[in-house]
Amino acid sequence: MRNLFGVIDLADSTEGLGELTSHRALGAVPIGGRYRLIDFTLSNMVNAGIRNVGILLMDRFGPLLDHIKDGKEWDLDRQRDGMFLLVPPSEGETGYTTPGNIPNLQHNRMYLKKSRQDYALVCGSNVVANIDLKKAYQFHLEKKADVTLIYNRTCTLDENPPYTSVATDENGRVVDIALNPQQCTSCKILLNMYILSKDLLLNLVDHCNSRQKRDLFADGIMPRLNDLKIYGYEHEGYVGVVNSLRTYYKHSMELLEPKVWQELFFAHGQINTKVKHEAPVRYLEGSKVTNSLIATGCTIQGTVENSILFRGVHVGPGVVIKDSILMQKAELGAGVVLQNVILDKDVTISAGKKLTGDPSFPLVIEKLAKL
Amino acid sequence: MQKKEVVAMLLAGGQGSRLGILTKKLAKPAVPFGGKYRIIDFTLSNCANSGIDTVGVLTQYQPLTLNSYIGIGNPWDLDRHSGGVSVLPPYVKEHGGEWYKGTANAVYQNLDYISRYDPEYVLILSGDHIYKMDYSKMIDFHRRKGAKVTIAVIPVPWEETHRFGVMEVDDDNKIVEFQEKPKIAKSNLASMGVYVFNWKDLKKYLEADEADSKSSNDFGKNVIPAVLNDGEPIYAFPFEGYWKDVGTVDSLWEANMDLLKAEPDLKLNDSRWKIFSLNHSLPPQFVGPGSDVQGSLLADGSLVLGKVHHSVVFTGASVAEGAEVIDSILMPGVKVGKNAIVRKAIVAENTVIQEGAQIGVPARPGEKVEIINEAGITVIEDNVTVPAGMRIVQGTVLSVAEWPKFPEERIS
Repeated sequence: MRNLFGVIDLADSTEGLGELTSHRALGAVPIGGRYRLIDFTLSNMVNAGIRNVGILLMDRFGPLLDHIKDGKEWDLDRQRDGMFLLVPPSEGETGYTTPGNIPNLQHNRMYLKKSRQDYALVCGSNVVANIDLKKAYQFHLEKKADVTLIYNRTCTLDENPPYTSVATDENGRVVDIALNPQQCTSCKILLNMYILSKDLLLNLVDHCNSRQKRDLFADGIMPRLNDLKIYGYEHEGYVGVVNSLRTYYKHSMELLEPKVWQELFFAHGQINTKVKHEAPVRYLEGSKVTNSLIATGCTIQGTVENSILFRGVHVGPGVVIKDSILMQKAELGAGVVLQNVILDKDVTISAGKKLTGDPSFPLVIEKLAKL
Repeated sequence: MQKKEVVAMLLAGGQGSRLGILTKKLAKPAVPFGGKYRIIDFTLSNCANSGIDTVGVLTQYQPLTLNSYIGIGNPWDLDRHSGGVSVLPPYVKEHGGEWYKGTANAVYQNLDYISRYDPEYVLILSGDHIYKMDYSKMIDFHRRKGAKVTIAVIPVPWEETHRFGVMEVDDDNKIVEFQEKPKIAKSNLASMGVYVFNWKDLKKYLEADEADSKSSNDFGKNVIPAVLNDGEPIYAFPFEGYWKDVGTVDSLWEANMDLLKAEPDLKLNDSRWKIFSLNHSLPPQFVGPGSDVQGSLLADGSLVLGKVHHSVVFTGASVAEGAEVIDSILMPGVKVGKNAIVRKAIVAENTVIQEGAQIGVPARPGEKVEIINEAGITVIEDNVTVPAGMRIVQGTVLSVAEWPKFPEERIS
């Protein structure tokens, strides 16, 4: 894997995540009690032996930088290679105002060019999965492919827009790519994750840039389905693509299935994240906790059911939390009752309040809110 | 080398033989404590929180776990260009080498290390106590009093004074008399094994101690009495707060249980005085459907599907459906199988307790057992498998070799 480098594109659309992304990029959205979305992609790369990762920053990257710092938690604080934060061009410099990764890739062309590896893995930051990328890379080499697209089979497409589906022949060669089709027969959904040679990447970026195109995949790769050897590699395992509030809630709750918990966090290496040195969780007498994920630094005296508590949440006596996600340092007054609620970081809820959302539409309380 | 005001020397080479099987393969400071820590984390975190950035860790007994744990000291902000942490094992010199003969000799053999930083003060610490202490206050006190040596002291119950070095002090906290483990104590102020020396004095006394062939080269037994005999001013720095020597199975168990009180004397989740440790990237703990967790402490990566009452469950440990863990300590990676029972036990790292096994249960009427632990604490060693259905009577076994014959006699 010494011959593969990673490029994480933070330009994923945050439409549909509402308050959760009002001040942070999608990759920085907290998930699973102690992680941020980008942790999964970063860790998958590092676990596969990738030692050179470029991160294409877009707007609202403050919280993300605070999280990844110098990449130490992923062993990416290296003398050679390591983590590179790729700053986007300032507006006006390129004439682009619409988002898209081409201006950003073009702006950071020197990074791509100078990377010592011959192959690149380009991906977004919103996939919750533990993927063995080594296998995908081997597949790419074996097939002598120009581009290998990583996909996952799912039969609940209607729940997952926006998505890109592919159809493959018996050898795994991609024969059709469709963006947000109303009907899809293949059930093969791309994870916005693909491998190609560095030379091809540079060519495609230049080609798109010089023709005022803005998206590497849609404008660079898709139109060349017939003349490039594009293959599909299937990741068989759990995948959660977070692209809306509903999918955020759904995939968060799926972490409460022991099978998913086991696979995601232990299958092909660990998922690393920023360390906070919080104390172990204290369960006081009278606590009733079932089917929940609890992060360190929490203290629990009340009732917690089917929920995810991030670090440093205090659940006092009489507090009842059901089917909810409470991010870091939520402060709850006595007797607070929450159901189907997502509390962003540092939310304060005064005593006796009852908040209820709907399983299909959880109530989101924004960061630092005081109720 | 940049001059440092304070260099800390942390004595971490002790075997901790009274911890029995728990320190068979690792030094006492490396013994897991409090759900996610190792004992040495408390002293190292005290250094970090007190602004001390130059720490020599003296190792000797079974250092592998300890060495790899400390690494370059990153969790305690001791990965520095100037100073930082240095692990100091005994080494061979031009005219041969020798093991550390005692606490004073261990520091004596590393005088060169301290000289590199030419400090004003040297702080002598031990790596086997659980406490939170601001050493910078003690150094201020030492400076203010113009002391040659300052010893941190804590009041202990009179009936326990025979286990400690105790100090008799005057109104100004100046030490008038020092008694090492006295039969009849004149004071109940016990030494915590934390000393501040002026560097020049320390060097002088350690060289003199080394030259004395009759000395057992120990700070408490030899060096402190020597300073006192010379009529030099030694002061006692009174410490208030939780402090526990976890050198025995009983005290290790008790200190863990102390953390489970509704209002523990030692708060682990104090953002102003964090206890730093080497964190493994493990997911948040999962407490499953039908589980029952009360009065307990659980760490990252643990998985509970059964009952856990009044217990400490370490990183990556798991308790299966129907299993019952009460008044116990499950160290990192311990797996308790379905319907197994663990009562008042310390189960060391990565041990597997199979389905239906019973640990720490009372003896049956007429059953002959050899009680090893009077307090009834059962200790199971690390990396072993307790077979399904095996029954281990409370306070009896320590190591596999002493386990009851299985399965003929004890299967329930």
